[in-house]
Amino acid sequence: MELSANAQALAYLVSAILFILALKGLTHPATARRGNHYGMAGMLIAIAATLLGGEVQSYGFIVAGIAIGGLIGALLAARVRMTAMPQLVAALHSFVGLAAVLVAIGTFLNRRDAGTLNPVLMGELSAGIIIGAITFTGSVIAFGKLQGLISGAPVRFRGQHPLNALIALSTVALGVHFALTGSALSLGLMSTLALLLGVTLIIPIGGADMPVIISMLNSYSGWAAAATGFTLHNNLLIIVGALVGFSGAILSMIMCRAMNRSIFNVVFGGFGSEASPEASAMSAAAEKGVKAASVEDVVFWMEDADKVIIVPGYGMAVAQAQHALKELMDLLEERGVKVLFAIHPVAGRMPGHMNVLLAEADIPYDHVLEMDEVNPEFPTADVALVVGANDVTNPAARSDPSSPIYGMPILEVGKARQVYVIKRSMRPGYAGVENLLYYQDNCSLVFGDAKEVCEGLVNALKGSGH
Amino acid sequence: MPDALVALYVFVLACFVGYFVIWGVTPSLHTPLVALTNAISGIVIVGALLVAGFERAGGASEWIGFFAVLLASINVFGGFLVTNRMLAMFKKKKK
Repeated sequence: MELSANAQALAYLVSAILFILALKGLTHPATARRGNHYGMAGMLIAIAATLLGGEVQSYGFIVAGIAIGGLIGALLAARVRMTAMPQLVAALHSFVGLAAVLVAIGTFLNRRDAGTLNPVLMGELSAGIIIGAITFTGSVIAFGKLQGLISGAPVRFRGQHPLNALIALSTVALGVHFALTGSALSLGLMSTLALLLGVTLIIPIGGADMPVIISMLNSYSGWAAAATGFTLHNNLLIIVGALVGFSGAILSMIMCRAMNRSIFNVVFGGFGSEASPEASAMSAAAEKGVKAASVEDVVFWMEDADKVIIVPGYGMAVAQAQHALKELMDLLEERGVKVLFAIHPVAGRMPGHMNVLLAEADIPYDHVLEMDEVNPEFPTADVALVVGANDVTNPAARSDPSSPIYGMPILEVGKARQVYVIKRSMRPGYAGVENLLYYQDNCSLVFGDAKEVCEGLVNALKGSGH
Repeated sequence: MPDALVALYVFVLACFVGYFVIWGVTPSLHTPLVALTNAISGIVIVGALLVAGFERAGGASEWIGFFAVLLASINVFGGFLVTNRMLAMFKKKKK
């Protein structure tokens, strides 16, 4: 069977619609899985229509590529820990980028052999290679930062931005030269410089801005796919590229808004240096006039509460405390306490990261509220328990115009009757700013590892028998 | 209308669709959204198939096509399966 060009184009249209429906499905958790299935169907149709289209003449390499790639992908998907999701996503972004580069180079070679090159096509190929290469090396750096292979601290030096601009301009100039002359040397130099640019664009962004980096690279990977679509005159790739490109762009925007920073401020370097740990948490706390509480104090307040709000942050993920929190929620609910979870948009290492970790621990999603939904709940909450979150609870963002985080929307934890913060030490959060919450009368700190403290709370509740 | 202009039309309109659809996604599903977009950007596999299966593809472009197919397949399979795995965890309270 061989599909006519028109039949193939119609199949691609069906596939594009299925991809749009797939994204639309994510409007609500109840429809999301169906959406994902639409996406799979769309991909199957697209691949089948391409293979049957008559342009594909040999299948050996294709079958081998899909079999090996599919196996690797399936293993990664089955094995990855939810805390390591950002790394997996970064790795997948890099693959899209590299694949786009390879497709462009392969198309160039095939078309050169067939004698069908023209300047417009070569210009489009340049664009595809540049965007793909930046996505590739940028994502490799992001992966390295997330995996701890390279330091998360931003790398900055004098003349960095002019240097980046110079590299970018040279890359584009070489791309234009290649489009006009077809010089393989220009192609090679352009690709090398674009790969370099991916590195130099990502290194000045600090580890604290990981959610923005992930979203931006997500966007780049979409634009890389769209550029590939332009070179191949394939509308499906253009549509999908635009959808993914916008998805990443909107996520970047949401993340920046949640930090009250502009995308330029993030991209060209903001904060994110790593603070040094302090020697003795307790003595430092005493010096600063912060109250410390024990596990028993927290349980005493919690078991007679009507409403408890738990605020998880990346510290919860690092300590793997989510399962203990689920047990804590169950025990409190048995006692008739209403338990809610409050999530700040930039909590965790990628957009929505906390939600996935809580879902993994079997915490029902209707107990997990976003910032705007949960803020009105704090004034009527008896206890707010902060687990590994810091800057997103800092009232300085509202009250202190001189603070670097002033204007950032926060979770209004301090309005609860009693606030407990589980912390390992007095060291400040990523932004390097003192948290004014800790000096409030209604706030006490519980020092220790998030998981151990939560397990301690669970045991104390079990022991207190009602 | 020339082909390149048609492509531009499609691109710009798709951008608008993307804009409206993505704003509708609930923030609690932003991680699955990123994973799902990983999977569907594996659509570059279409380009990879065309390179690898080109009738006059020489040795070099066959290998290039092979690696591109392989990488895009990792995205397609990895992306969809991990999205499925995550979405299966999102449950309502058991009654």
